[in-house]
Amino acid sequence: MGEKVLISGNEAIAEAAVQAGCRFFFGYPITPQNKIPEYMSKRLPQVGGCFVQAESEIAAIYMVFGAAGAGARVMTSSSSPGISLKMEGISYIAGAELPCVIVNVMRGGPGLGGILPSQSDYFQATKGGGHGDYRLLVLAPSTVQEAVDLIMDAFDLADKYRNPVMVLADGYIGQMMEPVEFKKSPPPELPPKNWAITGAKGRPRNLIKTLYLNPVELEKHNLKLQQKYLEMAKNEVRVENYMTEDAEIIIAAYGTTARITKTAIKILREKGINAGLVRPITLFPFPYSTFKEIAEKVDNILVVEMNMGQMLEDVKIGVCGRAEIHFYGRTGGMVPSYDEIAVQAEKIVKEEAI
Amino acid sequence: MLVKVFERPKSMFPVTTHYCPGCGHGIIHRLLAEVIDELGIIERVAGIAPVGCSVLIYNYINCDMYEAAHGRAPAIATGCKRVHPDLIVFTYQGDGDLASIGTAEIIHAAARGENITVLFVNNAIYGMTGGQMAPTTIIGQKTTTSPNGRAPGREGYPVRVAEMLATLEGAAYIARVAVHKPKYIIAAKKALRKAFETQINGLGFSLVEFLSQCPTNWGMSPQKAVDWVEEKMIPCYPLGEFKTPETKKTVEEA
Ligand SMILES: Cc1ncc(C[n+]2csc(CCOP(=O)(O)OP(=O)(O)O)c2C)c(N)n1
Ligand code: SF4
Repeated sequence: MGEKVLISGNEAIAEAAVQAGCRFFFGYPITPQNKIPEYMSKRLPQVGGCFVQAESEIAAIYMVFGAAGAGARVMTSSSSPGISLKMEGISYIAGAELPCVIVNVMRGGPGLGGILPSQSDYFQATKGGGHGDYRLLVLAPSTVQEAVDLIMDAFDLADKYRNPVMVLADGYIGQMMEPVEFKKSPPPELPPKNWAITGAKGRPRNLIKTLYLNPVELEKHNLKLQQKYLEMAKNEVRVENYMTEDAEIIIAAYGTTARITKTAIKILREKGINAGLVRPITLFPFPYSTFKEIAEKVDNILVVEMNMGQMLEDVKIGVCGRAEIHFYGRTGGMVPSYDEIAVQAEKIVKEEAI
Repeated sequence: MLVKVFERPKSMFPVTTHYCPGCGHGIIHRLLAEVIDELGIIERVAGIAPVGCSVLIYNYINCDMYEAAHGRAPAIATGCKRVHPDLIVFTYQGDGDLASIGTAEIIHAAARGENITVLFVNNAIYGMTGGQMAPTTIIGQKTTTSPNGRAPGREGYPVRVAEMLATLEGAAYIARVAVHKPKYIIAAKKALRKAFETQINGLGFSLVEFLSQCPTNWGMSPQKAVDWVEEKMIPCYPLGEFKTPETKKTVEEA
């Protein structure tokens, strides 16, 4: 057993990245993720790396483009309005097939919104956000420990697929303190970065680009990208089924809401209501088949999010009419309490009984 | 005995370019290739192409290259140079790219003193998109989006990039040159070589602004375009060195 340290989510995310081999970080201040760049500005020079505070999130994401293209492990982090600015660059990074890790510590929107936790960037993360037919691999931690583990995996996944990986956290996870262990698992066998910009010495020159003026070539490029996303869907789906075996009602939630839901489930079970949780850990690829299977077993699924119903749409696709779907959401920085969630679930079960 | 007095620079691919007759980009590409050859650095050069007529510069210069998003080349150069400080990193950018959509990136790359070299091509117009007004369009110049000629009261004033960047402590070498006549081309090459040497010697940010012809979107013959650079552009954009490592003073030294 390794040693546990008490650390905030944001700092844990930064340290996990360093331990995963990240040596370059480019960012711009925005609440509630400032501890990540602050930590990196101190930590990276200690390990021979480099931190640059960029002039904007746009510049930061293109510095990531440059460093990722140069073959380095690189990360940027921001919060919702800043991630919107990065979207152009994310599209280019996905198009150019460069590996990097992007952390979004979500806050309420739209616009400047607020600075309190939210999950309202689900669509942006999983359905595009930038232009073009691309996908991010999206990981959603629900504890600080899981944030650490997922950040470490994120770098390997990015390299494995030559694709940007987004870790979608929220202000709650970013700012909460928890004891965590930094467990470095041995890195998997990864392909060599023989495409990287290193100077064309003893090899033909390398070119990193996204322009394909010939539609035949651009379609081919897009089909190749799609093939990659299909591979991800086949190999990388992660989901937690919590107390689902005997469940009469399933609650679907991710990140912070999933964590709160676990307490709600305890309350419900004390009242004799067998509730369970399905918690997607990868939001793309989404665990559609888990929802298909669960919908064969229960009549009701309650989706809980800190937004007005975004993952809801993916749950609907997975369930495909096999069960009744309900939604409970708080938004704008309001966090649902376990009591609120329990009341919603209880109401559904009781109405069913009438 | 036959002596070769003129040949294609080694760092150029043996192809013809897609540029219009009389365009300045081809000349500037050649100067870039000649300087790279003379400095013997081709194996450790990384270039960043812009969005604009010269997006395909990587089809002509045989070195490791990125293709940037519109205006973002200096940020990409920063990321690359921070990872590989030993690489010689250059960006090649038009005036829409650098002086409009990418102003923040170029100013802050210069302010940080990023040890990179920028080739800035000022042709007073948006070439690739068909001749719209650029931030560098001169007063009175007609473009497709300033059809009555640029009027300060309506479209504001041209941006003088070299002068502006020379005010920043991080900038080590800043010059403006032209490529419409042989004597100017010779001076332009000298400036470009100095800019690369500034980077090689680790002295900080360097930029050469090239006044460049776009006969197609100026609606002129190549010969008329050459005259227009001389008569209209140079008075608005004076040539010369605005900063050299010798004149560069840091705050501590001042
Ligand atoms: C974000 C974005 N906005 C607009 C464009 C369209 N666009 C392509 S090239 C260009 C202007 C190029 O002009 P300039 O930088 O002056 O280079 P030139 O073509 O004159 O060499 C524009 C606006 C784009 N590709 N991306
Ligand atoms: S449009 Fe202008 S800048 Fe573009 S290739 Fe033609 S002459 Fe050159």
